[in-house]
Amino acid sequence: MRAGQLPRWADYGLMPAINVVAAFLVSGLVVLLIGENPVEAVRILVWGALGWNEGIGFTLFYATNFIFTGLAVAVAFHAGLFNIGGEGQAYLGGLGVALACLALDRFVPWWVTLPVAVAGAAAAGALWALVPAYLQAKRGSHVVITTIMFNFIAASLMVYLLVNVMAKTGSMQPETRTFEAGGRLPLLQTILPGVDFGSAPVNLSFVLALLSCLLVWVLIWRTRLGYEIRTFGASPGAAVYAGISPVRITIVTMLISGGLAGMMAINEIMGSQHRLLIEFVSGYGFVGIAVALMGRAHPVGIILAAILFGILYQGGAELAFEMPAITRDMIVVIQGLVILFAGALEHMFRPLLLRLFGILAAPASKPA
Amino acid sequence: MTAPLAIELVGIDKRFGSVRANKDIDLKVAKGSIHGIVGENGAGKSTLMSILYGFYHADGGEIRVDGRPVTIADSQAAIALGIGMVHQHFMLVENFTVLENVILGAEGGPLLAGGVARARATLKRLAEDYDLKVDPDAVIEDLPVGLQQRVEILKALFRGADILILDEPTGVLTPAEADHLFRILKVLRDEGKTVLLITHKLREIMAITDEVSVMRRGEMVATRQTSKTSMGELAELMVGRRVLLEVEKQPASPGRPVLQVENLTARDGRGVDVVRDVSFEVRAGEIVGIAGVSGNGQSELLEAIAGIRPVRSGAVTIDGTRLDLARHPVDAAAMRRHGLAHVPEDRHRMGLVTSFSEYENAILGYHRDPAYGRGPMLDIGAIREAARVEIEKYDIRPPDCLLRTAGFSGGNQQKIVLAREIERDPVILLVGQPTRGVDIGAIEFIHKRLVALRDAGKGVLLVSVELDEIRALADRVLVMFDGRVVGERAPETDESELGLLMAGAAQEAAE
Repeated sequence: MRAGQLPRWADYGLMPAINVVAAFLVSGLVVLLIGENPVEAVRILVWGALGWNEGIGFTLFYATNFIFTGLAVAVAFHAGLFNIGGEGQAYLGGLGVALACLALDRFVPWWVTLPVAVAGAAAAGALWALVPAYLQAKRGSHVVITTIMFNFIAASLMVYLLVNVMAKTGSMQPETRTFEAGGRLPLLQTILPGVDFGSAPVNLSFVLALLSCLLVWVLIWRTRLGYEIRTFGASPGAAVYAGISPVRITIVTMLISGGLAGMMAINEIMGSQHRLLIEFVSGYGFVGIAVALMGRAHPVGIILAAILFGILYQGGAELAFEMPAITRDMIVVIQGLVILFAGALEHMFRPLLLRLFGILAAPASKPA
Repeated sequence: MTAPLAIELVGIDKRFGSVRANKDIDLKVAKGSIHGIVGENGAGKSTLMSILYGFYHADGGEIRVDGRPVTIADSQAAIALGIGMVHQHFMLVENFTVLENVILGAEGGPLLAGGVARARATLKRLAEDYDLKVDPDAVIEDLPVGLQQRVEILKALFRGADILILDEPTGVLTPAEADHLFRILKVLRDEGKTVLLITHKLREIMAITDEVSVMRRGEMVATRQTSKTSMGELAELMVGRRVLLEVEKQPASPGRPVLQVENLTARDGRGVDVVRDVSFEVRAGEIVGIAGVSGNGQSELLEAIAGIRPVRSGAVTIDGTRLDLARHPVDAAAMRRHGLAHVPEDRHRMGLVTSFSEYENAILGYHRDPAYGRGPMLDIGAIREAARVEIEKYDIRPPDCLLRTAGFSGGNQQKIVLAREIERDPVILLVGQPTRGVDIGAIEFIHKRLVALRDAGKGVLLVSVELDEIRALADRVLVMFDGRVVGERAPETDESELGLLMAGAAQEAAE
């Protein structure tokens, strides 16, 4: 072990765990402040998310969204790019999914529609990341700024399309018609016999998300392209020395990132809502940044972090229901605290932990 | 010893995990002296100095400054005690000006204006007193490394340092610049300041220090009065055996040209032509050295040939294939395919990704090679196997291809780069500063490898600011000044004649 470095298990396991515990402790104080029992609150939250089948189903459904948006941010991270546009890319992904479903749902079964919808979601999300990517690669316009801007453009574009172009005739709702069976993904419980998630919408997309994790791992650590992405992210100078084109890597990485964000729409649109509607992304794109940070941009970490945020979403909803004093906004506060400790204050406990490991390591090495 | 002590270290101990970097170190540095500390890379010199400067905390032992026991919690405390440090890797904010860097952390109040004016005046005085001329409004990233170092020294002096620690200060300097630095150090000593000089270079120790301490594998093995020791004794103390400072080689037998450079012109980041109309050739089986004061275009020349830096005009021919780089720019990957290999000057910024494992760096630039996988995939097993072979062949220590590259010493990092580039069997190898920050044992090894490559019928283009290194290795020496090749000499040419060329004397005579 070198100075200033933690063992891998501590870096990837212990640090995030400490951060989550710290977030929960502070949240507990907030709960105390409004006069509720924090232990009871945690009990309700955990039980609501994991204590019954339907709760687990919802937790996994939310986690599916977070896995996609988390992977999107993580892939960009490896190239040293900060893609904050997951929100807009996922929104546009919804357009890709909806177009595929609307075109095919009456004629073919879902498993024929699915690959087209996946391609549509990824292509639309990637396309939405292309312009910021090009501007960064060729003009040096920072992707952080441009991707944020593109979130707003995406929101306006989708409102326009849903109100003026795609709305169901004779309806005042800014949404498309509901897809037929050919545009609906089967629920997980219909595929897996003996599992019952009640009315939870967790569907085949969860499997797709896990598959994406595997593919991202292979891409980053087992392909030549992934090697180039990591080299560029770690040292742009070394990348140029190695003959890796910064322009190409920036654009390709952002396309992959945008595509992954776009695939979130498969879960929401084809898996649950069965129609394209306004603002269905509702913050999943942004939370994906926290998921990627907390998961250390590694697919396994992202799965764990996504499930944690799934628990917060689902358990939080239960908590707001069971403890009226804790409103929906309080849940957002708790989520915010997790993001704060896992993201912004990620390194707060690191020096302490380093010193602790230094103390522990010193006597151990004495006999040597 | 009767002179009062500026610094006394007693029983300093420092451990990093299982590695004991400093073992029970005692050191006495007399006030108003220049004290050298020599040792191979990884001997623990930098660790010791970092403890003295408050970057690390010793696990045991005592530090006394001016006779008083002190604890140095951080670099601020060190500065307060009058200890200043010039780091091997400069600690400068690259996009700040010289002035802004100098006042950083010593701004003198919340408003900059007053402090800046005072600093400007102080800087001017310091520059005149010590002949450390630097434009205070120049931006650091535009300055050559030699000048960046002057800024580091100015920074320490600006903070009123009485004890100045210099970590490998001449690694980036030419002989003339180094001489200049030594004059400055002597002036400082004569004014009663204390200088601690960390270096690999025994000649410098002999030339300038009053006393010298030798470190080996974390221990202080000896302290000598410089006048009563010799380079041979010091070298032996450092490595525990005698080393050859000369390179043994047979006369070259050059064959066909493998690298021809025609009228090459390239710009730096500011848009100034720094390589001007350079033409030369390197033949198979010879080493051509490019000597020059750093910042005269040698670095940019290497980068331009390697496909890293855009070329404004001119062409390069590699093994008979002519590439018009100005009209059809070619990247580094294409250059490699033509048979060019490149050991870059700056292994931290270019040659290696220090956060990667050793085996990942063993394929940097060659990661598209079919040997390392099929189609888009990398074959990790094959890459690790190839890395292990290189580790064995180049005696890279520790022999662990899974270790992060940052965990290797400078010499071993350089061997990783060298192994990667040589083992690809290039027709022409470009080498920049092959032994910068590298210990004596590794220097010897690297020099032998370069000569062996030459003897195997390859061309080698060597850029180094170490004139000794060029004279020892090269079969022909080109001198660069102000972006141009101003002369070609045999390596046996008198050092002072080469020095004059490097200083631009030929240029001036011609005008």
